[in-house]
Amino acid sequence: MNWASKWEVFWQTLSGEFYRNLFFEGLLNTIKIAVIGLIIGIVIGTIIAVVKVMPKYKALPRVLDKICEVYVALFRGTPMVVQLLVAYYVLLPALGVKGVEAVKVGVIVFGMNSGAYVSEIMRSGINSVDKGQMEAGRALGLGYAVTMLKIVIPQAVKNILPTLGNEFITLIKETSVLSFITVYDLYTALGAIGSKNYDKVMPYLFMAAIYIVLVLIITFMIKGLEKVMAKSDRKKAGI
Amino acid sequence: MNSENQPLISVKNLTKKFDDTTVLENISIDIYKGEKVVVIGPSGSGKSTFLRCLNCMEDPSGGSIIFDGVDIADMKVDINKHREHIGMVFQQFNLFNNKTIIRNITLAPVYFGIKRLRAAKCKNFFTKIENIFKKNKKPLIEINTTEKQIKEEADKKAMALLHRIGLEDKANVYPSTLSGGQKQRVAIVRALAMNPKVMLFDEPTSALDPEMVGEVLDLIKELANEGMTMVIVTHEMGFAREIATRVLFMADKGIAEQGTPEEIFEHPQNPRTIQFLNAVL
Repeated sequence: MNWASKWEVFWQTLSGEFYRNLFFEGLLNTIKIAVIGLIIGIVIGTIIAVVKVMPKYKALPRVLDKICEVYVALFRGTPMVVQLLVAYYVLLPALGVKGVEAVKVGVIVFGMNSGAYVSEIMRSGINSVDKGQMEAGRALGLGYAVTMLKIVIPQAVKNILPTLGNEFITLIKETSVLSFITVYDLYTALGAIGSKNYDKVMPYLFMAAIYIVLVLIITFMIKGLEKVMAKSDRKKAGI
Repeated sequence: MNSENQPLISVKNLTKKFDDTTVLENISIDIYKGEKVVVIGPSGSGKSTFLRCLNCMEDPSGGSIIFDGVDIADMKVDINKHREHIGMVFQQFNLFNNKTIIRNITLAPVYFGIKRLRAAKCKNFFTKIENIFKKNKKPLIEINTTEKQIKEEADKKAMALLHRIGLEDKANVYPSTLSGGQKQRVAIVRALAMNPKVMLFDEPTSALDPEMVGEVLDLIKELANEGMTMVIVTHEMGFAREIATRVLFMADKGIAEQGTPEEIFEHPQNPRTIQFLNAVL
């Protein structure tokens, strides 16, 4: 069988209604889990990063710091697949929770996993902002949290945007392990076509192409976002 | 709250240690309303640390700082409430890089305005509920402003301040496009926008190009003439002499000598002061 006919067969299967829906469901799940996961990750990561850079005179920040340390160690120390499996096949039954969609479990695990990585990225971002910015805010009477939120974190995010983009790309690609917990993602959808036609070549090549396109789109979007956020480096606002 | 003969800031036995190094030891001084206190001294004598202790940017290791009748060195005090009334200007300007010039100035006034408005509204809400069940109704807090008004007023005031320093046309640009002198003047009016009772200047001209020092010093002089109470750490001796009502010479972890500019510059008593002035003048 030559390439052209392989493509023909693959394309025909994919065009069929069943497999087309499967493919789009997979694609949607991949994007959904990566995007929502990243948002959860940024929120968790920012909280952990702030806890880590907080002055530690009092007991509460110290306790929080320890909790965050354990969290990060846990989520960075185990592979994402293991986390998904433990969450879906161990934790859920152990807690007696039934009927939770695998996609939701995927989103939460992706978010929590990403939070551990984003916390380190965000911490380096916060540390990259001049200490004087925090001092100026505090000197005006603004509280630590307010200054952090209004002054330091926006500048930190600007500095770490390329690295955050990296995290997003990693997440998009990591979604290929979601099939372990029965989520329909790109891999499951295209793998099914491969099994049906007894030909894995075209589906897998096609899958690679889709991932590349997704990543290129994200790269493009991040560059645009960087340009928007670089406005404070330029002469006038909003140009 | 302050009668004429009561100090605005009263420092008592202030001690500051960084780990095991003592930087300030047992400093006591009263600063009265309208005074312009200039702090001079060799590098590493603790001038900046002393200044930063006055608004607890550095928490004192010992002693007390009474501002407005409250010991702000006490860790239990809500320091933010008092810092509002103490303006501070830094050596490195520290304008907020992610905000335009006008937002730099309005950020804190708008934040506090809205915070107070919401607190008042919240309190009124509960009073109203209470009033339903009570015979003698409690009075509500009078609210005669809205969030929009607070913002507009802050903008108007910021524009007036920018007009004063001749930078109205820079209102909507980001700090990165301003020269050092412009940045420092904006930093000064940013502190002014909070209507502080006292202004602290931490070497305001040390990071400036020589030709920009003048414009910043002129603005500080203007404020001084308007009666603002200030504490200034500086290396500009000519300026110190001109503006000060009292000069503090700091050396060896404390205030080695203090007096009027004339006393300090013309007839210094302490050998350390004589040595320092010989070196810099």
